[in-house]
Amino acid sequence: MRALGRAARRLQDAVTLATVNMSNTSKKTDWSKPAAMALPKGGYFPNRVEQGRYGPVFPKTPACYGFTIIAKIIPGREPAFHEYAQRIEKAVAETPDCLAVLKLHYLRWVLFPIKGETYFMYQGIFDTDFDKYTEDAVAIFTSTGLRTVFENLEGFPEDWQTNPAAFARFVREHQCPSFLEYGEYPYVSADEIKKALALKASFSTMLDQMQ
Amino acid sequence: MLDFDDIQHILLTRAPALNGRYVFLTFRDPEGARAWLSAMLETVHSARAMRESVARDRRWVTLAFTWNGLRALGVDEASLATFPEEFRQGMVARAEILGDTGANHPDNWVDDTKSPDLHAIVILFARDAEAHARCVAAHDELLTRHESVQMLSTLDLAATPPFDYAHDHFGYRDRLSQPVIEGSGDEPTPGSGGFIKAGEFILGYPDESGPGPRLPQPEILSRNGSFMAYRRLEEHVGRFRAFLREQGQTPDEQELIAAKLMGRWRSGAPLVLAPERDDPALGADPRRNNDFGYKHQDPHGYAVPLGTHIRRMNPRDTAANMNRRRMIRRGATYGPPLPEGAADDGVERGIAAFVICASLIRQFEFAQNVWVNDKSFHELGNERDPIIGNQDGTLEYKIPKRPIRKTITGLPAFTNVRGGAYFFLPGLRALRWLAALGQAPA
Repeated sequence: MRALGRAARRLQDAVTLATVNMSNTSKKTDWSKPAAMALPKGGYFPNRVEQGRYGPVFPKTPACYGFTIIAKIIPGREPAFHEYAQRIEKAVAETPDCLAVLKLHYLRWVLFPIKGETYFMYQGIFDTDFDKYTEDAVAIFTSTGLRTVFENLEGFPEDWQTNPAAFARFVREHQCPSFLEYGEYPYVSADEIKKALALKASFSTMLDQMQ
Repeated sequence: MLDFDDIQHILLTRAPALNGRYVFLTFRDPEGARAWLSAMLETVHSARAMRESVARDRRWVTLAFTWNGLRALGVDEASLATFPEEFRQGMVARAEILGDTGANHPDNWVDDTKSPDLHAIVILFARDAEAHARCVAAHDELLTRHESVQMLSTLDLAATPPFDYAHDHFGYRDRLSQPVIEGSGDEPTPGSGGFIKAGEFILGYPDESGPGPRLPQPEILSRNGSFMAYRRLEEHVGRFRAFLREQGQTPDEQELIAAKLMGRWRSGAPLVLAPERDDPALGADPRRNNDFGYKHQDPHGYAVPLGTHIRRMNPRDTAANMNRRRMIRRGATYGPPLPEGAADDGVERGIAAFVICASLIRQFEFAQNVWVNDKSFHELGNERDPIIGNQDGTLEYKIPKRPIRKTITGLPAFTNVRGGAYFFLPGLRALRWLAALGQAPA
């Protein structure tokens, strides 16, 4: 009986947590209706540019926030990228929440050729505009060794670790804004998804215990 | 390791002052400005000098300059260009980033701090009203002999009764949570987060990320200096008290609402440790009143709602890299106290404070932009900081409760920004260097 009471209390907490933290956007927009958003050339809506600390903020879309960085690699450095991939796989396996502060949904790291030269694309989808967590991103890159990828790119600033503004400038200069984005469950944050899944799991547990 | 003889006292010590004055100045010509500065040099205490003489002294002076002020003193353009971008732009240009829009917009500021002609501030802290009067008279007299230096405005500060501890006009006990600099000689109180590397607050020392950023040039100007964000916040006391009476039937209920907005009872007792009943003894005990976290002790906000003021200003163990986000605060109340039970008299009263940090963009601006005024803080949605956030009457405030949370809609603005500026706070050597600019080398 006590176990049931505990389960019920945990369920109550999960419900409260889910409702307390339901963002206003998910109340206004319908997560169950996929949505697409066309974006002007340059990536900003002209009359609605929000100013961040390091420059204008790219608008939130049904695919939340994100960036697509494209940069030429220093020729011959391809092996460094593949070593790095092994390292990150291990780092995340050891410390699953090492990238939590970046509020990520997905990240993709890609190498591709243009006329015989190798380019790197780094595409991220996340829940906070990049401006807000620039310094935290720099700190993570420093502590987990993610930095060694960027240092293989042409033009990456040498003093990036003590100069977040220079890091932010490199990202902005190499950012290719989307002209169209689509979201299957528009504007929903990774946190909300995880809470919904946790809630579902709590329900299941409680139903089990009531058998 | 810290150069206590060079660092201005305000960075490392708090003056035992009941009164003060902020004097905002403009310089008409560089030579005249430097002559005034030379005359002022002897009044500025270093941290060491202040510690030695604090029992005897009756007044403490701090000098700081805007970017335009450094230029007006004669600093050359090449050096000026090496100062951080946000400091060069000035607080007015950063208004949108800081959330100073609507009623908080610089157009509504009252003290001329938004003027590009704001060049310098003299911060006077005086032990009592008598010392205050004497110093004000002395500085006024000095200004008559330095016509190149003119006052844009002044603000008088005074502690509000009761005087047993520092508090604001709303009655909240203040100065309970402060970062402690490694090597300062101070001890952090339990829960205050351990020693912070000096470079987070003072230029020229290693900071929490390593050796620290490149110093603005020349080094003699920037070493042992820092940056300050000045904020003048009017506190609408009548509106605040009326709100408490609306939200709570009994005095106890009203105190609880006040606590749920701030994160501490007005006595200073933290809600995490005293979630249902006030505990003034706890509020007064520095060994206990700051010794708490949120991640394990209150993850859902049942004790301290996720959007309270103290949870936004210092998320403690629920935020990353907290050691890079700390700030030193100095300041005081201004305006006459409003007696309990009296109707609001329309006289401006509030707090006028300085946020001191080595990087305005990373420390002060981050807190304003990402914690105080961000509606997606903790994914709360239609909320901003209930005490200092930009409130336009359309936002809400959620108080988690079992079984159903309480949602207050249409939260009024209890404060409004009435003035502000970014200042550079030089070391003493730098002040002497500035005063001597333009002189042929000896």
